[in-house]
Amino acid sequence: MEHIINTISLWAIPFLLFFILSYGALRGVKVYESFVKGAEEGFNIAIKIIPYLVAMLVAVSIFRHSGVMDSMVKILSPLFSVLNIPPEVLPLAIMRPFSGGGSLGIAAELIKTHGADSFIGRLASTMQGSTDTTFFVLAVYFGSVGIKKYRHSVAVGLMADLTTFLASVYIVNKVFLH
Amino acid sequence: MINIIWLFMILSGVFMAAWQGKPQVVTDAAFQAAQVAVRYALELIGIMSFWLGVMKVAQEAGLITTLAKLIKPLTGKLFPSIPSDHPALGAILLNISANILGLGNAATPFGLKAMQELQTLNGQSDKASDAMCTFLALNTSCITLLPTTIIGIRLTAGSQNPTEIVGTTVFATTLGMTVAVIADKILRRFSR
Repeated sequence: MEHIINTISLWAIPFLLFFILSYGALRGVKVYESFVKGAEEGFNIAIKIIPYLVAMLVAVSIFRHSGVMDSMVKILSPLFSVLNIPPEVLPLAIMRPFSGGGSLGIAAELIKTHGADSFIGRLASTMQGSTDTTFFVLAVYFGSVGIKKYRHSVAVGLMADLTTFLASVYIVNKVFLH
Repeated sequence: MINIIWLFMILSGVFMAAWQGKPQVVTDAAFQAAQVAVRYALELIGIMSFWLGVMKVAQEAGLITTLAKLIKPLTGKLFPSIPSDHPALGAILLNISANILGLGNAATPFGLKAMQELQTLNGQSDKASDAMCTFLALNTSCITLLPTTIIGIRLTAGSQNPTEIVGTTVFATTLGMTVAVIADKILRRFSR
């Protein structure tokens, strides 16, 4: 299993590069010129997302560092006891949709403290690997094309996050036995 | 919704900091995050340019259109508003594939290319189209086959079996993605 995953990770990008460029060359595409033409857009897109990213990251950062997130964790704690979910993973569940770096830090901390092969370690791993940082993705993707009205995307993203979290708890309990 | 959430994050943070008598926390957090945002965008330029270059070659070779036609049975149902040979579908497929394989740094350029293509169908409005919302629903909840980052962390932490969480991750993401697709279909009507 591990071997397969490592092999795919190592070879995916070189293979893709080789395949696309040789296919293009065979189809008569002027590969160098075409590559440069495409790459020209990179700068514009990256610059375009800056205002959206600043808006989103500033809000998340204030929310996090002022201690509001910690209070949310405290408020939700009793609910977790009822659902039989270890309270240690609560900060990770709250942080996950807001900050990728922040939640990865929490997950790494949990894995280090409790051990990678502990129940909490496995649960934290599953939670962290299972979802993307909703608010960050929305800001970057919509920002790149100047979309300001997100419609129901936020609600859908958060519903998916909640589902993934509950599914992680359920399946880790089932597979690894508490 | 995003207006309310955004406002709540900032105002509740300011309120909390004021209540604890630590106003400096807000200032530091805001300035630091603004810097991080720009740094992220600048670091994205290189990898973005690289993948967009590769994408352009793929597009001119007709590969993106071929991919789009290949997954037509699936995308026809998910994205009825996109013409069946539109390059957006090829870019969406590449983005989702990169996500599934845990190739984060390739997923973003593919995804942003897909957004650009979708925006051409959206009449340059500043409101998300149905197809964009569906794409983001898929993207944020995407099935993950290889959570590469977390496997790396488990390996470093001395796990006996770093990849044992692949199965649980696939299960959790499959459920999440299913809910996202259904929720998107239902909520679409209420957010015109």
